[in-house]
Amino acid sequence: MNAMTGDIAEIAEALPGDEPLAPMRSQAPPRRASRRRLGLGEPIPFGPLLGPALLVLYWCVLSYVGWLDPRILPAPWTALATAESLIADGRLPANLAVSAMRAGEGFMFGVAAGVVVALISGLSRLGGYVFDSLVQMKRAIPTLALVPLVILWLGIGEPMKVTIIALSVFIPVYLQTHAALCATELRHLELAETLRLSRWRFVRDVVLPGALPGFMLGLRFAVMAAWLALVVVEQLNATSGIGYMIDLARTYAQTDVIVVGLVVYALLGLSSDALVRFIDARVVVWRRTLAQ
Amino acid sequence: MNAVPLVRVRRLVRAFTRRGVLNGVDLDVGPGEFVALLGRSGSGKSTLLRAIAELDFEAVGSGEIVAPSNLAVVFQDARLLPWKQVLDNVTLGLRGPDARERGLAALDEVELRDRARSWPYELSGGEQQRVALARALVREPVLLLADEPFGALDALTRLRMQSLVRRLAERHQAALLLVTHDVEEAIELADRVVLLEDGRLTADLKLPPRGPARAVAFQGLRSQLLSLLGVSGDFVGAGA
Repeated sequence: MNAMTGDIAEIAEALPGDEPLAPMRSQAPPRRASRRRLGLGEPIPFGPLLGPALLVLYWCVLSYVGWLDPRILPAPWTALATAESLIADGRLPANLAVSAMRAGEGFMFGVAAGVVVALISGLSRLGGYVFDSLVQMKRAIPTLALVPLVILWLGIGEPMKVTIIALSVFIPVYLQTHAALCATELRHLELAETLRLSRWRFVRDVVLPGALPGFMLGLRFAVMAAWLALVVVEQLNATSGIGYMIDLARTYAQTDVIVVGLVVYALLGLSSDALVRFIDARVVVWRRTLAQ
Repeated sequence: MNAVPLVRVRRLVRAFTRRGVLNGVDLDVGPGEFVALLGRSGSGKSTLLRAIAELDFEAVGSGEIVAPSNLAVVFQDARLLPWKQVLDNVTLGLRGPDARERGLAALDEVELRDRARSWPYELSGGEQQRVALARALVREPVLLLADEPFGALDALTRLRMQSLVRRLAERHQAALLLVTHDVEEAIELADRVVLLEDGRLTADLKLPPRGPARAVAFQGLRSQLLSLLGVSGDFVGAGA
């Protein structure tokens, strides 16, 4: 602050010469000049892992002192050993690959359909009249309620599972993308009109980039929806996948295998969410928010 | 006044459900002419500018407007697209292989060539408004419509911007219609000041040439316009 109230000419002379402004400052390691008073403070590396770490610690303590019956929940080290053997005999990797494939396929179809329908209904009034009410109706029906119908239509094989996942993914992608498209600012519309942009250029340069953050938000919801739907469809007459592995373990009362399966689900959800956020931060570089 | 006006407005009437009314405005702007449109807030000056720019699709009204299609608008806010870097904001909607070079040349004119690859949020308010000016000028408009373009700037930045706009309008030989509520700004910059009150033009003053003649007349013009605007009280040097 002192530097700012000082003589400007003085500072301008001091800077190119690389002379320290004040002895104290030159000693101190480089740091931010000021902190946001209402911000959230500095981010800490791996900070988001704090919560999960505390939970695991709690679990360790309970198991160690013997308050946790292994038939209810196995100790963390038991689950870890089980995970090792499941990986060693290939059961976990094989089932994981099947599950990831299923979720990935459904996710891709769902995102593609969500984006296409959102564009149709967000960029033309007629498209909105045709599709938006339909999607809002579909939204009111839980995807699980559609399972019986989809089974009758597609059987109990992979197409049914991928369809259920795609339907779950479709809704959040559509809703967020459509809302973002409709939220195009009037002042940007005016600008585009005075610049005589063609409709196509207006959509490409103004509407779509403006809707990108909304789409990315939809993508984050969609990733979670995909894993949720996966859990459901894998309980339905599956013969492979993490859900099948868990279901089989239930039959033999192997709580440790169930725990491993659940942790794998959690890790899949967390890592894919982190991946979407990573992509989001690189795609939407022009935005500044509180958390950054 | 030139024989063929660039802008011709006749009997213009505009009304909104809420505010901003024009009651029969006649206005001509000649090629290359710098006209300041002066008025209190709510006098309808923005409405007139937006009517000429064809941005008044929410208004109802009648009257005749002839304006060149090759016009550009500078708004009070810079209105840069936050997802485009500075150069891409300037060249937005430009066609042709030389769009980039033209954009860089326009940025050069507003002394922001080195910020071509910056994001809008990295610029100060004055810099953003200069980018908006470059975006308008790169289209080589014959008419530049400016709706209080200095309104959101601090006093020092405003002075720099004013002389920049004046210089650039002269160099590009564009007519300039500047909406402002600042009497001194109007006298300082324009060739002609028109006064809008309650939706009508109530005064149309041709200013003496810029330079000594203008400086001599400044105080007189200022108090004349202020009294036309209904500002009473003591102003320094009053007495036209």
